[in-house]
Amino acid sequence: MPAPRVGLFATCLTDTFYPSTARAVVRLLERLGCDVDFPMDQTCCGQMHYNTGYREEARSLAAKYAKVFDGYDAIVAPSGSCGGMVREIHPELHGTSDAFARTYELSEFIVDVLGVTDVGAYFPHRVTYHPTCHSLRMLGVGDKPLALLRAVRGLDLAELPAADTCCGFGGTFAVKNADTSTAMLGDKMRNVLNTGAEVLCAGDNSCLMHIGGGLSRLRTGVRTVHLAEILASTEEEPWAATP
Amino acid sequence: MGSNPVTWLGSPVFPKAAKAALADTQLRRNLRKATHTIRDKRTRVVSELPDWEELRRAGEAIKDDVLSNLDTYLERIEAAVTARGGVVHWARDAREANEIVLRLAREAGTDEVVKVKSMATAEIGLNEALEAGGIRAIETDLAELIVQLGHDRPSHILVPAIHRNRSEIKEIFQREMAEKPVSDEPRELAEAARRHLRRKFLSAKVAVSGANFGVADTGSIVVVESEGNGRMCLTLPEVLITVMGIEKLVPTWQDLEVFLQLLPRSSTAERMNPYTSVWTGVTPGDGPQQFHLVLLDNGRTDALADRVGRQALRCIRCSACLNVCPVYERTGGQAYGSVYPGPIGAILSPQLVNDMHDKQAASLPYASSLCGACYEVCPVRINIPEVLVHLRAEAVEAKGRTPESVGMAALGWLFADARRYENAQKVGSLARHLAPSGRISSLPWPGSKWTSTRDVPTPPAESFRTWWRRNRG
Ligand code: SF4
Repeated sequence: MPAPRVGLFATCLTDTFYPSTARAVVRLLERLGCDVDFPMDQTCCGQMHYNTGYREEARSLAAKYAKVFDGYDAIVAPSGSCGGMVREIHPELHGTSDAFARTYELSEFIVDVLGVTDVGAYFPHRVTYHPTCHSLRMLGVGDKPLALLRAVRGLDLAELPAADTCCGFGGTFAVKNADTSTAMLGDKMRNVLNTGAEVLCAGDNSCLMHIGGGLSRLRTGVRTVHLAEILASTEEEPWAATP
Repeated sequence: MGSNPVTWLGSPVFPKAAKAALADTQLRRNLRKATHTIRDKRTRVVSELPDWEELRRAGEAIKDDVLSNLDTYLERIEAAVTARGGVVHWARDAREANEIVLRLAREAGTDEVVKVKSMATAEIGLNEALEAGGIRAIETDLAELIVQLGHDRPSHILVPAIHRNRSEIKEIFQREMAEKPVSDEPRELAEAARRHLRRKFLSAKVAVSGANFGVADTGSIVVVESEGNGRMCLTLPEVLITVMGIEKLVPTWQDLEVFLQLLPRSSTAERMNPYTSVWTGVTPGDGPQQFHLVLLDNGRTDALADRVGRQALRCIRCSACLNVCPVYERTGGQAYGSVYPGPIGAILSPQLVNDMHDKQAASLPYASSLCGACYEVCPVRINIPEVLVHLRAEAVEAKGRTPESVGMAALGWLFADARRYENAQKVGSLARHLAPSGRISSLPWPGSKWTSTRDVPTPPAESFRTWWRRNRG
């Protein structure tokens, strides 16, 4: 079987603020035998526009996405939220396209398409996992990320209480309803701290930016690390905090 | 109370009302406890049914059929009710419905009506309208009574006094009742309410109810409840007036079976509700001798015309969406400033108000993080996040040009071209020189709304695409 040609959809947030996550996806997928490409014309899935009520901007970004990612065997995004936007909402905005249907969130792609749960990772830390709302309810990734984490050598997985409760990010909700968002964040942080984990992991840098922003403000010392970076980490090339 | 009592006149926009509610720690504790208890119980009783997903789909299909053939079913129920000795009235809006009920109560020669808990009558502000006409309305549902005696507003569809704990309830009862409760034991409080209400049941000539369902084929009206107080109202008085939203119909008795499984499990997390009352017209010599059915539109026809929004009319008012909503859990129902709070309120109230220039109504579709928990539990599969986003688009359109719309357009322009976007990334990345610590703790407005409680990571020296271009391009 020839190596699948995978288009990496980095998402605007990860591309701009968390390049280390996108580099980890490249490293990980190449290790798993994929031929990874990053089409330079990509920008943003338009979720923020769509969810805030700006449908026209979202529509043209959906059209752009369909064009940019046409022809790949699969398109992989390190984000359940943007992956959900593409697969579930883009068809409604722009009509069906192979590019939409072939888009996967990272853990879905590894488990369902590549058929792998042990990716050969090593990450000797106590980790707790927050399943983000869109990966959980929009894409239905279920416990695929947990299955991947359980196979990581050295990783001590701590169960997060009330894991499936929203962290309060919600895109522009975090600023439009900043007080309510902060109250939700407070409960999420309390649950994270109660696990005694050193690392909070999730499959969405947007939620991690929100929770991590709160944890950092309180100087808790708990780090937020994207799932891709944990899975990419090996004994030879361990995870490093600096980009 | 405004001209349209669905939303409370003078209520602030949601973020403002929420801020005040969030500061009330007692309220948050009461809500947290109540919603979590019922939430967990619902999950348990729902998982007992192997065909829950099929039931949801059946409920959705029945309601969709009703909505797309509403005219036919309404004529059918009118004919059936009339044939069984009832009288059907049509009310276009709250004012018309209130006038009908007031006139009927006056004709019965009474100055007091007993009420079965009902969202429809709350939606039209019936109690206030009756009072203005010199007629007292007595709520007989325990939680509704607590709100009424506390001169308070409801905060939940099913448990309007969910925001109160028992010591607060004891205080209200002690202040308002002739025979005061001595402790805050639930039994004692319920007993005090029972003593208070018993006299009312025996003396009332007129009762007013809502309806959970109306069966089009037979003209039967169905009310489900837990306490049995409603049943007293439905059997003792001479005159029974039911106010029912036009969307509450089901075609046949057989269809009821689906909803009598979906509703109790979703609302009170019970396998079956303790009391289900069904009546069909009047029966000479038994029960009420006059039955009036007021069919209420009040914005429903307009909502029906909206292809995406109309699914809100499938709602059976179970309140499951409120109990799982992380926003509702923190703010409580009163912050929504409307009779219908929580996720369903956020999509139904603006549609019934039908004016996105109304700032308060337009703030409701934004009162959600779009986490989707509401959609997951809704027994009739209302895609609440989808309707929220749809209504946000209407709100944006009504507002016209704002700093936000200008910003969004600018971002859209940036994202339309990858080179343009990359150049902006490079400019943005210079910000790291201002915060060498790796975190930014304070941004000017509107970023301050984020940084008041959260740090922002500083943009890295190199975006991913620049790295890719350098290494792989
Ligand atoms: S929207 Fe659905 S979950 Fe919410 S009250 Fe209505 S039927 Fe129940």
